[in-house]
Amino acid sequence: MLVIGYGNPGRMDDGLGPAFAERIAAAGLPGVEVQQDYQLTVEHALALVATDRVVFADALIGSGGPFDFKVVKPAEQGDFSSHSLSPETLMGLVATLYGAAPEAHVMGIAGVEFGEVKEGLSPRAADNLDRAVAFFTDWASR
Amino acid sequence: MSEPRLIEISPLTRVEGHGKVTIHLNRDNEVDEARLHIVEFRGFERFIRGRLLWEVPVIVQRLCGICPVSHHLAAAKAMDQIVGVDELPPTAEKMRRLMHYGQVMQSHVLHFFHLAAPDILFGFDAPAEKRNIFEVLRQRPELGRRAIFLRKFGQDIIEATAGKKIHGTGAIPGGINRNLPVETRDAFLARIDEMQDWAMDALALARDYTLEHALLVRGFASFPSNYMSLVREADGALDLYHGSLRAVGADGEPIFDRLAYSGYHEKLVEDVRSWSYMKFPFIKELGPEAGWYRVGPLARMNTVDFIDTPEADAARDELMAVTQGSPNNSILVNHWARMIEVLHCLEKIRELLHDPDLQGSDLQASGERREEGVGVIEAPRGNLIHHYRVDEHDQVTYCNLIVSTTHNNEGMNKAVKDVAVKHLSGHEQITEGMLNHVEVAIRAYDPCLSCATHALGQMPLQVELFDADGALVDSRTREA
Repeated sequence: MLVIGYGNPGRMDDGLGPAFAERIAAAGLPGVEVQQDYQLTVEHALALVATDRVVFADALIGSGGPFDFKVVKPAEQGDFSSHSLSPETLMGLVATLYGAAPEAHVMGIAGVEFGEVKEGLSPRAADNLDRAVAFFTDWASR
Repeated sequence: MSEPRLIEISPLTRVEGHGKVTIHLNRDNEVDEARLHIVEFRGFERFIRGRLLWEVPVIVQRLCGICPVSHHLAAAKAMDQIVGVDELPPTAEKMRRLMHYGQVMQSHVLHFFHLAAPDILFGFDAPAEKRNIFEVLRQRPELGRRAIFLRKFGQDIIEATAGKKIHGTGAIPGGINRNLPVETRDAFLARIDEMQDWAMDALALARDYTLEHALLVRGFASFPSNYMSLVREADGALDLYHGSLRAVGADGEPIFDRLAYSGYHEKLVEDVRSWSYMKFPFIKELGPEAGWYRVGPLARMNTVDFIDTPEADAARDELMAVTQGSPNNSILVNHWARMIEVLHCLEKIRELLHDPDLQGSDLQASGERREEGVGVIEAPRGNLIHHYRVDEHDQVTYCNLIVSTTHNNEGMNKAVKDVAVKHLSGHEQITEGMLNHVEVAIRAYDPCLSCATHALGQMPLQVELFDADGALVDSRTREA
């Protein structure tokens, strides 16, 4: 299984994805490979082709709960910028170009502070991160 | 006669970061005003104050997730001056150059294949559901796969020279912290022929598009301007990593030349306007009206005397022949120029990989400490200036950045106005295809709007029409 945590740690809670990736890497879960990046980009497709399961971790805006864990389906059409390639678009790219379809989930972790150029998570986002990590650790071991 | 209307394109799609365009139509449906607004405040110049000089080249990479290496190297060059180093050991300079060429080629490849290709292959007016990357991949899957492998090659070069794909630490004040092992070099050499072949094919695609659509290209957001870039000090060659500043006018005549870049502030002034967070630089001696200029791949083709790699130089000659050697003012030619630079980067990477200095062990120099340093580099999108002052405690007290997109601010606004007047004026109904023309003009500059934040749940494009009283009369949202 591959975990890709992405976001910008220099924009507060936008760093939730990389923070999640760091926590999962530190946990050393068997069979779980971890990557982190600023954003999803086209070359992530090559890593997805080589895995059977992937979890995308990103900050989430507008969530009612601490995190949202859901299945990702490949997009069949759509637009993207190199800045904001979505998990759905990346999965669509993998399916269209390589005929591959790894099982995919997105872990959206709720953040509240994105405006400032500042490192570190807000207290609420840090708490949400703890809950997301606990859930994922349990889910991955099943 | 209808009521005056305001059209907003917000946020823009297939550009880096968040901006919006507003277009004001009068009662005759003619364009009164059209502007590109930068709606996020970067604030990085303040954020960096108080940081220690050695950590600046690492931290500034967080300015942008797309070209962090450019900021890494520009900051490192400024810090070289602060630690008193004017000349790096050959291994250090060549490792940095290798990193930079890897960065520029992978950035250009992504823009051309994935952001610009839908417009080029299907036309600006094609239905939005067709004018997207998936249609490109369905019709030309080899393009999509090659783009991914070319990107991967550039990213692997970055990882080998900077230490990591992101948050690299390779460039340090006065040098570099690693060399290139022989086995890594050999792995790159095994791939370079294929990469260069693919770059030649992409160059042919960009050139053929430009020549086959010469009328469209000449008439689309095409207007004369000044141009500025670094050039190699000794002979005026293209040099993406180092050199002196040269600015030329629309006639190709120099405005200034061989200007040591530490004196950029003597020639450039940054103007401020109330409706945008992005400044408007201009050449001081020409004033704000006549002194605005453009940077980037096409600007570099226009400013340099030649390219010091044979295939790219021959390609530039072909491009410049279109305008009989005078500066080319057609913004869509940027795509062609970008692919020439991809080829140039690969030629330089090949040259460097054969240079034994990359395996050298003299990695860092030192000198007499200074208070101030300026680092300038030609980033993928154009000239990039980093300027710092550091106190006796090694803490940054002053920071000024002029990024490529800021240099191009006036040019992008003029392009928006030009396209809006030509394609929107006089029409009762504004179609999505018309609005895409505006975005195409902005996209040709490959702007990075320094947003550097994103999260699930944000909308990629919203277009709203307002009547004269400010009431919303129409709204359209484009999903990612």
